[in-house]
Amino acid sequence: MGIYTIFRRELTSYFLTPLAYIFIVIFLAMAGTFTFFVGNFFGRGQADLQPFFQFHPWLYLFLIPAITMRLWAEERKTGSIELLLTLPISMTDAVLGKFLAAWCFTGIALALTFPMWITVNVLGYPDNGAILAGYAGSFLMAGSFLAVGSAISPLTKNQVIAFVITSVVCFVFTVGGTGVVLNFFTGWAPTLVVDTVAQMSFMTHFNAISRGVIDARDMVYFASVIGFFLFANVIFVDLKKAG
Amino acid sequence: MAEMIAIDGLTKRFGAITAVDDISFSVKRGEVLGFLGPNGAGKSTTMKMITGFLAPTAGTARVCGFDIQDQPIAAKKKIGYLPEGAPAYPDMTPAAFLDFIARVRNVDSGIRKKRIADAVEKTQLGEVLYQSIDTLSKGFKRRVGLAQALLHDPEVLVLDEPTDGLDPNQKHEVRGLIKAMSYDKAIIISTHILEEVDAICTRAMIISGGRVVADGTPVELEQLSRHYNAVAVRLEDPADTDAVKAALERIDGALSVDANKYAGMVTVYPQDARSLIAEVGQAMRHGRWKVAEIRVERGHLDEVFRRITQA
Repeated sequence: MGIYTIFRRELTSYFLTPLAYIFIVIFLAMAGTFTFFVGNFFGRGQADLQPFFQFHPWLYLFLIPAITMRLWAEERKTGSIELLLTLPISMTDAVLGKFLAAWCFTGIALALTFPMWITVNVLGYPDNGAILAGYAGSFLMAGSFLAVGSAISPLTKNQVIAFVITSVVCFVFTVGGTGVVLNFFTGWAPTLVVDTVAQMSFMTHFNAISRGVIDARDMVYFASVIGFFLFANVIFVDLKKAG
Repeated sequence: MAEMIAIDGLTKRFGAITAVDDISFSVKRGEVLGFLGPNGAGKSTTMKMITGFLAPTAGTARVCGFDIQDQPIAAKKKIGYLPEGAPAYPDMTPAAFLDFIARVRNVDSGIRKKRIADAVEKTQLGEVLYQSIDTLSKGFKRRVGLAQALLHDPEVLVLDEPTDGLDPNQKHEVRGLIKAMSYDKAIIISTHILEEVDAICTRAMIISGGRVVADGTPVELEQLSRHYNAVAVRLEDPADTDAVKAALERIDGALSVDANKYAGMVTVYPQDARSLIAEVGQAMRHGRWKVAEIRVERGHLDEVFRRITQA
């Protein structure tokens, strides 16, 4: 009950300000631009949405922190956190309600990319199962980005700082599987560490799902990332609420 | 249950700073307790611990029998809280905000509308109900915070500076509102305004440096003032001032006498707050001085406040 009420308020609040509309328009415009111009959607001559999905981590990298930066930083800044946390709900309700609202909002933005799916179906005969998997993977990855941002937000009252730190942490998680990060470890760290770091990457798991391979391990990975960061979120809110 | 709020040994430390130092008290149904104290005395911190926002370093706070740390949800249900500065969600309208609070507080959908309408009427928010909160004046914002605290008709009200930012008419109305509700609730308010304590509190507590330095009814606190039971005499003829001063200084029980030659005012301060009006009257009749005005002063709460908190 508590979660649902918080969820409802939060989700409604996105649409009270221009934030929601700007976010959705930018997300759709960028997703389209990347797909058609950078991803060479037409030139590839293949009826799938790979060029569309492959840019999602990069879009999320700067768009998701814009959603999560305000989640707790704003509550701390305006003092409404004191009101929220003295209402008869648990801290977990508050954290989950906010997170789920943000996730649902991102889901709405993602769902609005449906013209892509229509386009590819008009042009050819794509594997719609793989596309669905791609959407599921993208949604899960968005949830992970959101959980990271949501956990970082209570650490500061300053939304810009929350934005920047979230972007950096998400960047590390995103590129964890690529040379940028792995080269830093290879050579001196044991293989186990290098493998672990590679496995921690959003990209590794997202690419697997978006190719249409829904593996339980990838699901468990994203679920654990979300769970871990939301747990951290509860702790951080508790630690920082008074300041 | 008589004791609606029971605070025992409440202490809060922030690092090396002790904000609240071993405070104990209880508030019964029908009592309005006023927290007085300089800024940074620990009033708000105490309120934050009672309402479960901050966890105490030591001690317990019980609301209607529920420990705020062990059974936070049950305790929070009993409390209506106006935090310092009356925070709300600025993007929402008061109507949407109050609806949200009513839902979180599990106010039955059947009576939700009525409860919201009641709170709106009590706090006179009708005209701004559909305007976003960040466009409201300070007074309206404060009243939105009050409406939110009253909405579920709580047994315990904790109001941190409920009249701050209101104009004198609004202050008067809010005080009337608090007074009207007080008979079946336990209320704690904090304030800087000493007259407010006189106007609505059945009991006042002065907090300084995180400790309770005075606790009593407003009248009891006023008795701590050197002005309490002082007798002020205004003479028809200021020329008599010196003679009157000398006469009044001889009264048994007079501690000191202040005189103002130009205004013809003579004030006698008593020892141990005893009543001197009869003796002063007698002395004046005896000297056959013409008296324009004579009055017994009440204590000055602000003087008590300054003396206690600066000691």
